[in-house]
Amino acid sequence: MNAIRKLKQKIYGAPIAILLTALPLCAQNDTSAVQSAVYERPFIEIGQSATAVGGYLEANTNYFREDGVSEGFTMEMRRFNIFLYSTIIPRVRFLAELEFEHGAEEIALETAQVDFELNPAFVLRGGVLLVPLGAFNLNHDSPKWEFVERPLVATQIIPSTLSDVGFGFNGKVFPGGLLLTYDAYLVNGLGEEIILNDAGRTFLQSGKSAERFGEDNNGSPAFTARAALRRRNIGEVGVSFYRGYYNSYKIEGEQVDEKRTLQIAAVDFNAAFFKAAFNGELAFNSLEVPGDLAEIYGKKQWGGYIEVVYPLLRRKMIGFENAVVNAAIRAERIDYNVGNFASTGEKIYDEVNALALALSFRPSAGTVLRANYRHHWIRDFPGNPAIRSAGFQFGLATYF
Amino acid sequence: MKRAFSMIIQIAGAGIFALSCSELLPPAPEPETVLAGPLEGLTAEQVRAHFAGDGEFGRIFSREEGLGPIFVSNACESCHIGDGKGHPLKTLTRFGRYDGNTWNPMLDRGGPQLQQRAISGYPPETVPPEATGVTRLLPPAVTGMGFLEAVPDAAILALADPDDADGDGISGVPNYVQPPEYFTPQPHHLPQNGLYIGRFGKKAAAIDLLRQVVTAYKEDMGVTSDFDPRENFNVQAGQFTGDEVADPEVSAATVGNVVFYIRTLKTPPRRNESDPEVRAGETTFARIGCAGCHVPTLRTGYSDIAALREKEFHPYTDLLLHDMGPELDDAYTEGSALTSEWRTTPLWGIGLAEDSQGGRAFYLHDGRATTLEEAIEYHGGEAAGSRSAFRNLSPEEKEQLIKFLKSL
Repeated sequence: MNAIRKLKQKIYGAPIAILLTALPLCAQNDTSAVQSAVYERPFIEIGQSATAVGGYLEANTNYFREDGVSEGFTMEMRRFNIFLYSTIIPRVRFLAELEFEHGAEEIALETAQVDFELNPAFVLRGGVLLVPLGAFNLNHDSPKWEFVERPLVATQIIPSTLSDVGFGFNGKVFPGGLLLTYDAYLVNGLGEEIILNDAGRTFLQSGKSAERFGEDNNGSPAFTARAALRRRNIGEVGVSFYRGYYNSYKIEGEQVDEKRTLQIAAVDFNAAFFKAAFNGELAFNSLEVPGDLAEIYGKKQWGGYIEVVYPLLRRKMIGFENAVVNAAIRAERIDYNVGNFASTGEKIYDEVNALALALSFRPSAGTVLRANYRHHWIRDFPGNPAIRSAGFQFGLATYF
Repeated sequence: MKRAFSMIIQIAGAGIFALSCSELLPPAPEPETVLAGPLEGLTAEQVRAHFAGDGEFGRIFSREEGLGPIFVSNACESCHIGDGKGHPLKTLTRFGRYDGNTWNPMLDRGGPQLQQRAISGYPPETVPPEATGVTRLLPPAVTGMGFLEAVPDAAILALADPDDADGDGISGVPNYVQPPEYFTPQPHHLPQNGLYIGRFGKKAAAIDLLRQVVTAYKEDMGVTSDFDPRENFNVQAGQFTGDEVADPEVSAATVGNVVFYIRTLKTPPRRNESDPEVRAGETTFARIGCAGCHVPTLRTGYSDIAALREKEFHPYTDLLLHDMGPELDDAYTEGSALTSEWRTTPLWGIGLAEDSQGGRAFYLHDGRATTLEEAIEYHGGEAAGSRSAFRNLSPEEKEQLIKFLKSL
């Protein structure tokens, strides 16, 4: 009798209360709001603990060739992420995400936030949080996507994954059958390495210094916000914004440089028409750069992508119920430096156009095997003939 | 409706895929259109060293890695894109003045090179108003320089004709310059009173590639090295300001890698060499006297790199200084050169200039000419005779000459 009780405890108490609440799937009629993506992941409860665990891993192969030169075939353990989720008390939630990139080459605390829900329309949030800048930054888990590579706009223009220490609030309201979500936070903000970095151009990724989790580099927080409108079974449109000073203009209270502003604006959408899912994002950066550096380190950047995911097959396949085969296409463009050369009056290029195709197999909602082909056309600063880079990737990504 | 939509999507996808099938993996460009690449005949160890240097050549310096505090550019490759000629954005500005008959490079005012950019929060330099000579220099192509370095001094001197003894109006002279502290003489060097023949730079002020590279790290990028660990400060801001990175910022090994990379770059490739029009243009080039300075063929002497040893090559230069007349006199000089004297620019690779300058060529030392005809028109002084002869060519001959130049 005792043995049966123990078995029951194992079955019911231990693993597997998978919270698949509306786990979003490309081309599987995603109906959840981008704002909720951070919570809409599968978690596993452990024993009687109030804390649930989850995560995902992502690995892939690469074979690329750039203008006839290939580094050969390589394999890459891209990410291994662990989530912790806990309802501390009703309406007080904790979420953390630890990310290991390329094995243990880079380990980062991506999220460690507490939500205090006064009302669904007003939730206080604090800690290390995902900056609500574009939809991809909020909804970037690899198993959700048909492509191994993230959209260029989300890595080169918006520095996803962008998380920061901050405080603020978010909420959702339901006006006229629609879902309106909003987020607004103060965060420490990106640092001055967005210029004079080892990318040799304005590059917001380089401004993600580890120190920002400890203190602001200039004592002036940045403000960031996103608002989105969603209509069930159609899709969502979001607009987001970021503004802050990026340079360390004060030392020991003394002003040593001009304040230089960074502004980012983004528009994103996702929609489902017929069986196809559409995703897209457009982002613009604008920053103040010292005059002598302005041509090298661009004052304006922009980028965007649009992708279509279409389910070719949706049925039981090789023993997997509800398996799906998707085809997808993504078109992208980024311009690192919008402007003209002072010396010649001609356009500054430094831009990339890209086209990617994907074929994926999803045995379940949270697991994807995907084959990708990518082709990049890269124009350098002065606009010399484009360098072409293309290749194949095969990857897998799964929640666990 | 749904079926039709599905069909459209699938057909469009298949179409895009089919269109890209022919070039799914981009092939290498035609070799004769590319300047970069190692020269033939290197050993495996040398190829490895070449690519180690290639990596350093492409390395972009950040502020945290030593860029600045004042600088012109942030990487070797950003000036010499694809190892080719540079864009006007990366123009070097140099200045100085004559104090009586003595050239003053204005070291105490930040001369001779202007660093017009600075790390944020630090002032960039400006040209002092006292400077009487200011020149702007476009970054040159760096291919084939190992061959130029391996030309014995005796071969350069054999081409010199300081008193125009042959009466052709051309009187090339070598630029004798003071070597830097770290200079190591080679057996072929023929010094005069402690001065050595320069061969690199627009005024032939650098004796060897080591000096070129060390200077480029320091003067162009604000990066100190084991060879020259003293930082470049903006004298208007004061010594020892703005520099937060320990010196030297790169090692001798790093500098050596870059020197080896440049030494072992292949020579610029020819195109359409056997085209009758090109060959006719080459004949005209020699006939009107261009080849008097732009000497087509030189020969290397001994080199520690076997692939560079005793090789004939075709740079179209004599590595000598020539008076180019008032049209190209910037009132600026280096070494023993007059302000109107310039080292004969090697013409090899000139036909590929557009491919590294953004699809539009910028010729002459400062890029003031945008066509080859315009560049020829600026040739005065010792080249005035050739310019006159060019003006008297028929349109067809001019076209052939330009085709020849573009084949280089």
